[in-house]
Amino acid sequence: MSGNMNLTLKVWRQKNSSDKGRFETYKMQDISPDMSFLEMFDVLNEQLINTGEEPVVFDHDCREGICGMCSMYINGRPHGPKDAITTCQLHMRSFKDGDIIVVEPWRAAAFPVLKDLAVDRSAFDRIIAAGGFVSVNTGNAQDGNNLPISKVDADEAFASAACIGCGACVAACKNASAMLFVSAKVNQLSILPQGKPERMQRVRAMVAQMDKEGFGACTNTGACSAECPKEISLSNIAALNREFLMANLIDQEG
Amino acid sequence: MNALSFLLNSTIGKKIVMGLTGLFLISFLLVHCGVNSLIFFNDGGELFNEGAEFMGTNLLIRTVEILLFAGLILHSIQGLYLVYLNRKSRNVSYHVNSGKNSTWYSKSMGLLGTLILIFLILHLKHFWVTSRFTDQITGGYTTLFDEMKVVFSELWVVILYVFSMFSMAYHLLHGFQSAFQTLGLNHKKYTPFIKKLGFWFSIILPFLFAMMPISMYLGWIE
Ligand code: HEM
Ligand code: SF4
Ligand code: FES
Repeated sequence: MSGNMNLTLKVWRQKNSSDKGRFETYKMQDISPDMSFLEMFDVLNEQLINTGEEPVVFDHDCREGICGMCSMYINGRPHGPKDAITTCQLHMRSFKDGDIIVVEPWRAAAFPVLKDLAVDRSAFDRIIAAGGFVSVNTGNAQDGNNLPISKVDADEAFASAACIGCGACVAACKNASAMLFVSAKVNQLSILPQGKPERMQRVRAMVAQMDKEGFGACTNTGACSAECPKEISLSNIAALNREFLMANLIDQEG
Repeated sequence: MNALSFLLNSTIGKKIVMGLTGLFLISFLLVHCGVNSLIFFNDGGELFNEGAEFMGTNLLIRTVEILLFAGLILHSIQGLYLVYLNRKSRNVSYHVNSGKNSTWYSKSMGLLGTLILIFLILHLKHFWVTSRFTDQITGGYTTLFDEMKVVFSELWVVILYVFSMFSMAYHLLHGFQSAFQTLGLNHKKYTPFIKKLGFWFSIILPFLFAMMPISMYLGWIE
């Protein structure tokens, strides 16, 4: 078909977490510009299966930009060349015929490679389990006007809650810092009345877990926010710093 | 764990120390640049020598000087320790990394800081050691202004000072606004102002500092 492309893929292959790993080169023929990047990987895996090779393991689930699973570092950027999208929302029309595309897993000590492009992001789950919740049952959603929340607060909490936990922020950061993720998860709760009562103990517990997992410190380079598919703002990190400082200096018990 | 030690041992607490000491060093730079700029009056160093004499003998300033050294050492050690810890957190680098998502100097604070540190050691040897630990100036054999002329008569020294001011400019270009972010001082209205202020501070101060050896070497200041 006209407009279809021939591409060269260089994909990271690694048998398991103790394998050293290496790049493998694959020639892709007749790729439609309308395919998503993951569909192109489906085509690759079909080829590999047909020739008796092991398919490339990569994470994916919703394929509609909301679950955050599709972690791929494509040509030097998390989720590829476009801003504010996940890999599943990246289409082959973003590439040209003859392109060489290098695909690597997220790189962070706290996100060890499991196999090929799949990394273990359970460190994020443990951070959430440490305090990213409201510990009383707040019941069904109430009538909107029962809990008066200012528009400013509602908008801010909503923007923070857009984080899908993909880990692109960690992947992009030269320090593999999880500050953008943690700050979004702390703020979405601490701004709202349901989350306020536990905000001090929450921020202490979540930051302690973040450090325990081995994520780096924040140098404020801004790489995280620039690569975040949900464009989570850096102001979340300032708010987290403020919250953490207050929790340790003023409110040391609650 | 005690709340304060919990704070200081956390990644955020370590950065808060960097931000506080960084801002303290910035306030010192402002005073230092102000006093030294007195040489630009081109009055044979009279005003400058008076200023330097005051700074060298005033008790309050001598006390703050001790704090300043403590702050500098803390900032340097903590900064390099953070570089080490952060390298451990990102233990494998990418084969291809675009890097367009952030400025090169925000990612090179450790290198820029190290260049500043090397410069500072030489700089302290040039002036601080001469004025405090020899009788050259206290004994009236020379003045700090004349000492400057001697030091800045050598081309390699001038080049090194100017180069170091580039390191300083880039360190501040990221550091100034970064310190406010670290301390949680972020605001819709004031943050753009802080960024602008930081930008001009980072250009003007190192420029003035760099002009000192240049204008002495070229004989613009007598
Ligand atoms: C007069 C000299 C200096 C000034 C005014 C200064 C100022 C600053 C400021 C304002 C920051 C930002 C802090 C933050 O992000 O919260 C910073 C960061 C930093 N400084 Fe300095 N600094 C100076 C000298 C040094 C020296 C000698 C070193 C040591 C080798 C150094 C190493 C660092 C490092 C590594 C960071 C980044 C820390 C991080 O974010 O991970 N600095 N500096
Ligand atoms: S902050 Fe953005 S990049 Fe980081 S996990 Fe959330 S959605 Fe992904
Ligand atoms: S597969 Fe769910 S966001 Fe891409």
